[in-house]
Amino acid sequence: MKAWIAFWNILKKDMHNYYLKPPNISWGMIFPVAWTLMVFLKSGRALDVLGLLPGVMCLSVLFGTTSMLAVTITFERRSRSFERLLIAPIDLNLLMLAKTTGAIVFGIFNGFVPVGFALFMTHLGGINWLLVLATIFLIAVTSTFLGLFIAVSVHEVFEAQTFSNFFRFPMIFLCGLFVPVQALPIFLRPISYAIPLTYGADILKSLINGNGHIALVTSFLVLIGFGIALFTVSTHNVKRKWIY
Amino acid sequence: MNILQAQDLTKNYGDFRAVDRITFSINQGEIFGLLGPNGAGKTTTINMLTGLAMITSGTATLGGFDCNRDLRKAQQLMGIVPDESNLYEEMDGFQNLCFCGALYGMPKAKREKRAAELLVEFGLADAGKKKFNAYSRGMKRRLTIAAGIIHEPSILFLDEPTTGIDVASARQIRRLIQDLNHKGTTIFLTTHYIEEAERLCHRIAFMVGGKIVRIGTLRELMMDAQKENIVQFRAVGSLEKIGEAISREFPSVRTEFYGRDLVRIHSQQPLNLAPLVRVFDQNNISVYEAKIIRPSLEEVFVKVTGIEIAKMKQEKEKVKK
Ligand SMILES: Nc1ncnc2c1ncn2[C@@H]1O[C@H](COP(=O)(O)OP(=O)(O)OP(=O)(O)O)[C@@H](O)[C@H]1O
Ligand SMILES: [Mg+2]
Repeated sequence: MKAWIAFWNILKKDMHNYYLKPPNISWGMIFPVAWTLMVFLKSGRALDVLGLLPGVMCLSVLFGTTSMLAVTITFERRSRSFERLLIAPIDLNLLMLAKTTGAIVFGIFNGFVPVGFALFMTHLGGINWLLVLATIFLIAVTSTFLGLFIAVSVHEVFEAQTFSNFFRFPMIFLCGLFVPVQALPIFLRPISYAIPLTYGADILKSLINGNGHIALVTSFLVLIGFGIALFTVSTHNVKRKWIY
Repeated sequence: MNILQAQDLTKNYGDFRAVDRITFSINQGEIFGLLGPNGAGKTTTINMLTGLAMITSGTATLGGFDCNRDLRKAQQLMGIVPDESNLYEEMDGFQNLCFCGALYGMPKAKREKRAAELLVEFGLADAGKKKFNAYSRGMKRRLTIAAGIIHEPSILFLDEPTTGIDVASARQIRRLIQDLNHKGTTIFLTTHYIEEAERLCHRIAFMVGGKIVRIGTLRELMMDAQKENIVQFRAVGSLEKIGEAISREFPSVRTEFYGRDLVRIHSQQPLNLAPLVRVFDQNNISVYEAKIIRPSLEEVFVKVTGIEIAKMKQEKEKVKK
């Protein structure tokens, strides 16, 4: 009970102090709009909304989550307020979950903003939204934990941000969203399959426009595996590096 | 009764030994001071006890809980005030206190009530709605202490509570610490100010180079350094006769004169003032000041550690700048 009071208040504080700040919220809106517009201008043809939706959703989640931990963790670590959390009687795993849940929720919210836009442009019937929600959740979890992994590995906020871009941009191009994995040069394909986003994007494609090619169960399991691995390594790093 | 017990506590950073097999205990209800210069290992000691640093070897228990195996339970009993005020800049005083209460699992109504009380008690009632980054240094330190005790810990760790703030704020903070202690909180504080340790602490450990070189109550530490008992008198009258008179009554003492009105009496045995004053009276010399001279803690510290106090302060100031 005590632990949950702590969990909930850490989450609430982060939401209040970081996620619900106007710049963050507008970023969540602007990004999908800008991306959709860009693709639309480039193709010049009538928009294939369903073809585009999985990609835009993935990117919205990715951008809404990975760099968040640079603030909620690296920044608090610099200002030493993070030490307050480490000396509080809270299990380290629960503490790290509290610090990441905000980013996950924010990522899920961001992931559904493009759906809101798509509603005005096309018919969205016949899609299993429960599975879409589960997928968006898992994409949010893995990319948040990737952000956590980065935040724990660096000292400075700018390093965390630079590093997340270092991971993010290759991921976007290798995850099969814009260039199908089969169309990539053969030496790049193993990298594609080492990226969690590849599996998330594939599920969304299967669910929304039927273009996926990995079995749903496989993708879900791989995503869950990535989530657990990244989280475990990150908490281990916190213990090793910050409780010195 | 012991609230904290450390046995051979050691901390290595790579090849460097920051804390070297220290053993000490803290009694319930006392103010215990760890006094030492820069880099002595004071903060490292606190970090090991509170869960911010891994213990390399040795053990520590707090309230019966092992600070390694049962850390979370031990942490529930601790309040911790770090050497830097590290609350959340963008939150106001009241929010900061409530958040810290929540970290220890306090229910909302309880933590809000206590936060409001603490703001008043710490003279911050008007600043409760102000953001932390708008606080002065002294106010920040006070709020950080309040945040450390919101969950009513049994022991409060204070790492250099008065370093880097102005004299008036420092005095106020010392008074707050004493009040807290009177209300029953055990205090563990580190400092490099000898006077602070002398004024506040019931027991003091001298720490140098990662080792505790001496530990005891103020009285015990003083006694250690004092080979002789000295009593000093200031008096009006012809002092020449008094030397003889005293030697007659107390054969083992030695009398020394300084100037026209000052006499010091040295003895290996403890001296009482009253019988000595009577000798002055009998010789028609009126005493207007009589006191037992004790060495200062500063003298004791210098003697035990070989460190010059002035040097210790300078070093500290250099670091703080
Ligand atoms: N993370 C660390 N890695 C390596 N060495 C460290 C680390 N933290 C502290 N030290 C070293 O351990 C020694 C003790 O440091 P500590 O901070 O405990 O001293 P202190 O008594 O608190 O000093 P101060 O009065 O400056 O606060 C110092 O020599 C310091 O350089
Ligand atoms: Mg220190």
